[in-house]
Amino acid sequence: MSEAIKHTTLQPTITQRSLALERRARLNRRLVLAGKLLILIILGVIIMGPVLTAFLGSLRTTGQFLSRPFGLPTAGIHWENYTNILKSDAFWTAAQNSVLITAGSSTINIVLSSMMAFAFSRVQFLGRGLLFNILTLGLLFPLVIALLPLFIQLRNLGLTNSLWGVILPLAAFGLPGSVVILRSFFLAVPGELEDAAYIDGCSTLGFFRHILLPISRPALTAVVTMEIVKAWNEYFLPLLVLTDDSKWPLPLGIMQFQGQYGWDWAGIMAYVMLLIIPAVIFYIVTEKYIVTGLTGGELKG
Amino acid sequence: MSATNFRVLPGKSSPPLDRTLLRRNVNKALMVVLLVAPGMILFLTFVLVPVVQSARYSLFDWNGFGPPTNYIGFDNYERLYEHTVFRSALKNSFTIMLLSLLVQLPIAMMLALLVGRGSLPGRRFFRALLFIPYVFSEVIVALIWWYVYHPNDGLATKIFTSFGLTPVEWLGDKDVVIYSIFLVLTWKYFGYYMILYMAGLQGVQKDLEEAARVDGANWWQVLTRITLPLMGPTIRLTIYLSVLGSFQQFVVVQTLTRGGNPFNSGHVLATYLYKFGIQRFYMGYGSAVAVVLFLITLIFSLGYQRVVLRRDFTQQSVG
Repeated sequence: MSEAIKHTTLQPTITQRSLALERRARLNRRLVLAGKLLILIILGVIIMGPVLTAFLGSLRTTGQFLSRPFGLPTAGIHWENYTNILKSDAFWTAAQNSVLITAGSSTINIVLSSMMAFAFSRVQFLGRGLLFNILTLGLLFPLVIALLPLFIQLRNLGLTNSLWGVILPLAAFGLPGSVVILRSFFLAVPGELEDAAYIDGCSTLGFFRHILLPISRPALTAVVTMEIVKAWNEYFLPLLVLTDDSKWPLPLGIMQFQGQYGWDWAGIMAYVMLLIIPAVIFYIVTEKYIVTGLTGGELKG
Repeated sequence: MSATNFRVLPGKSSPPLDRTLLRRNVNKALMVVLLVAPGMILFLTFVLVPVVQSARYSLFDWNGFGPPTNYIGFDNYERLYEHTVFRSALKNSFTIMLLSLLVQLPIAMMLALLVGRGSLPGRRFFRALLFIPYVFSEVIVALIWWYVYHPNDGLATKIFTSFGLTPVEWLGDKDVVIYSIFLVLTWKYFGYYMILYMAGLQGVQKDLEEAARVDGANWWQVLTRITLPLMGPTIRLTIYLSVLGSFQQFVVVQTLTRGGNPFNSGHVLATYLYKFGIQRFYMGYGSAVAVVLFLITLIFSLGYQRVVLRRDFTQQSVG
């Protein structure tokens, strides 16, 4: 390498120089690539480290955990942390509640938000701008801010300790975001398509149902996916609303490990792993839609 | 619609036409109501009305049972201002916000540049790996990290001691706890911003960067003069989302600090609201916290939209 450079500086000929440069560039590229991979691997370890730690913890006993939190399961692998959970009725009840809450809130959300997004994007009517602006104000209210008066509202409506008391607010708080994404998607559909549909005798609602919704499937799927993730993970609202632990969804199930004499940490970590696995599978299956859901809508502008 | 009523009277051929026009208008109004009303009612009932109500509740001394009657004006806000725990919670929220902007977003940007394009082997794998914590539930993330931070020789302590450093009490030291929380939030959320940046990168035309490179710009110049300015809209959007997101943190902080420990130094605004408002049934007082939290996000959001975001989204305004 240095030989070649010395040579070229003494007696520069075009071929030699370009050869040396090329070799140097190739080496550079390899170094950069190695550096990039190194950074990514380090970050991957940082990401996976805690998860692996939790996994190792789930295979030990709480006694081992308390004496030495981080370590390998030296005294045999304790699968019973998992089997105990999987054998308990509470886990499957919670799973059922989670499914009901998730399905209910994301269905309501997508039905109502697609209808509103259609009206806000394709139908002219008085007060359209005002209503849309009121709705987008909702982007500023996370559940946390409104939780206290929401709780009082739910009490007034008699929805406390009912799954509806979780489903309806979850759907409502997701509406502004979903409408914004769907509306911008609907706006991008060319007007000629709508005109053609009307010429062929389609009504406005017919156009919405038979043409707009089918061609908007990617956007709809993206929104639903995001709503499913949100509802599945929701912890605070059910904690506040559902006083009866037979109505709790999965994330709240962790509370059952809080015993009189402290926490059953091995059990908690097994439970955490059991909740992570479906999340990972769901992500792998829906990755494309999650990415569209996050980046769709406004970002394309 | 009133115009159609007048035109019903004269002429012979017009009545059927006008009637269809009227019917069409009524049909359209019905359709709009059908499309918009259910969603709007749901939104008003569970989002807007409760939020507006909390502004009213904040003027009362009220335990949440029966109607609020004991009007006390702005006393709740005064008490908030005087409470040192509230001030530290406010400071912590701002610390998280600043650190997110200064640390989280640049890391996300760097990774997006690494993974977002090009022919890196295992690109998709790394993207998925870095993003996956985002889909974990917050309470799960907090519990995993509670384990990692365990004072009794947890993973974080282990790493510190293996490098010969004095171990830190991650969640037990009141000067450290907020940074430990921030680390967890970064772990969970940087993948989200990375994905947003990756989408933004796709909008950057490669030939512009190529042209700069041909003109002799090095990679840093290409990055700071071409790529980043072209990603302006995305960067501005992530700053917005990051600031709002910082003030809305609750579950991770609540779970990690067990409700603001040690000695109430681990609070952010939302956990403060929960502990001193909801758990103690000081509903008026809690509402005052909610109003402060809301005002911060509202003022920021209006100001930011007006000054910064306006030029990015002007074409999207409603007619």
